[in-house]
Amino acid sequence: MRVNTFDRYEERASPIHRLDPRVKVVVTVLFIVSNVLLPDGAWWAFLLAYGLLLLLNRLAQFRFSYLFKRSFIALPFALAAVTVLFTLPGNAVAICSLGSLNLTVSDVGLVRFASILLRSWLSVQAAILLTAVTQFPDLMHALHHLRVPALLVAIISFMYRYLFVLADEAIRLLRARESRSARPAAGGRLGGTVWWRARVTGNMVGQLFVRSYERSERVYSAMLARGYRGQLLVMHPHRIARTDWGATAVFLLALLFIQVVGWLG
Amino acid sequence: MYWVTFFASVPLLHVPDGFLSLPISLVAWVVALVTLYFALRNAQIVLDERLVPLAGIMAAFVFAAQMLNFPVAGGTSGHFIGATLVAIVLGPWLGMLTMTAVIVLQALLFQDGGLLAMGANIVIMGIVPVFVGYGAYQMIRKQGRGVRLAGTAVAAWLSVMMAALMTALLISFSGTSTLTVAVPMMLSVHALIGLGEALITVAALSFIERTQPVLLTGAEITGTAVGSGRWVVAGLVIALAVTLFSPLASEFPDGLEWVAEQVGFIETAQDAPYELLPDYTIPFLGETAVSTILSGIVGALLVAAITYALGRLLQRSAVPE
Repeated sequence: MRVNTFDRYEERASPIHRLDPRVKVVVTVLFIVSNVLLPDGAWWAFLLAYGLLLLLNRLAQFRFSYLFKRSFIALPFALAAVTVLFTLPGNAVAICSLGSLNLTVSDVGLVRFASILLRSWLSVQAAILLTAVTQFPDLMHALHHLRVPALLVAIISFMYRYLFVLADEAIRLLRARESRSARPAAGGRLGGTVWWRARVTGNMVGQLFVRSYERSERVYSAMLARGYRGQLLVMHPHRIARTDWGATAVFLLALLFIQVVGWLG
Repeated sequence: MYWVTFFASVPLLHVPDGFLSLPISLVAWVVALVTLYFALRNAQIVLDERLVPLAGIMAAFVFAAQMLNFPVAGGTSGHFIGATLVAIVLGPWLGMLTMTAVIVLQALLFQDGGLLAMGANIVIMGIVPVFVGYGAYQMIRKQGRGVRLAGTAVAAWLSVMMAALMTALLISFSGTSTLTVAVPMMLSVHALIGLGEALITVAALSFIERTQPVLLTGAEITGTAVGSGRWVVAGLVIALAVTLFSPLASEFPDGLEWVAEQVGFIETAQDAPYELLPDYTIPFLGETAVSTILSGIVGALLVAAITYALGRLLQRSAVPE
């Protein structure tokens, strides 16, 4: 694995990529806030928000399928919201029978459920786009500029730096386990008891912990030897240019328009 | 690739954006930030410049350890979440920072959990389970080996259950689910996930105990070897703070609604997304904010009572040794 194995950054020479990372972070968060603020059933506003996303996706020189294929990540969570279908009072639309239980789907419930899914679906895509057009170190730098505590940013940057190292360790542990025990056929009998298998995994976790801890000691000593004083220094400062302000203003106007359409439409 | 598999690990504890209302998200952010402020301050006092490399690498450890799983039966597998192990070995403050880093990175890189919902996710996965796991462990830390390992299992299981309970409460308060359905559903699903977590945590802890006992002599790493159930209480206070303030926050009209009222188009607007209690009723309690708060408190207290009772029980059973 390489240091950027986990980064979802996609290199393009687009105006969106060139925007200041701070602008990208703020604008993404505002887009998500705007989605959450839209009332249930504001279909036109949701459509406009999606249009805005597609436009940005286009400007960033990604294909339609790039965003679309990744957009269903958060969908399993919808399971948690299913109950609103049945619990909101309104006109009955359909009746589900589960054995002796009759569940009535109300129109209000249906509108609310669809709205929740849409909000989540749109927000996830905004976050995907942010990660795709911003390198992770730049993202961290933006957070630092946006007054996220420096120590926290440093911890997260450090975690990112060592992610692939420890993921490699974890994969080595998994490979070692697999080479010592046959993989069961699909639906085949598993070896040992559940407790035994859990203990093997627990030992691996413990092993990984000890190795990680010792590595952190070595890294710390190495850093001290190179003059580390508790501050991580970043070489390339970002400057907000006039185009950044312009892009922010246009985006804010677009969000405002979406809100007006959502509440009046 | 192995690392893809962890996406499916604990989907129901990473709340995506869109499922929480704005007031609830903001309250969770405030609680998370205040707690993290104390965590940063305390951890820095003890660790100083060692904090960043240690917490950063331990966070990467949690991330990597979440890739390790074991087959249970029928294609399902047990996963490791990590809050309790990290809390026990690194102490609560460093544990919180570590888990927070994991949550932030998962949200930013993999969209595993939302950005606006990140505050809530930090409370759910990074703060409450660390407090509960650490507190429960502290109560039985001085006992014999058997009791201690059993206690660790209980602590790990409870920390997952508490996280599940918080998730259920927050999405219910947001009007995205119904309390009476969400709570039992989340708790029953996570009762099993918690079991896997408990088994792995115990095995990992006993491995560390056998090979590197130095790491376990009372959270020396962070110097926070405070005994008693004080940590459980602290975790509860935070859980209660979120439970208490969320519904209250939802009662106040926020900026947009205020503007809407002034301009006069609130009538045309449909059901507000941040409305705390839509018109469904919680049976046995009625449909006021008070009832929501009360049911939240009852839930949190129930978990606390179980934690405490089990801790006590284990302590007592250990006396004859």
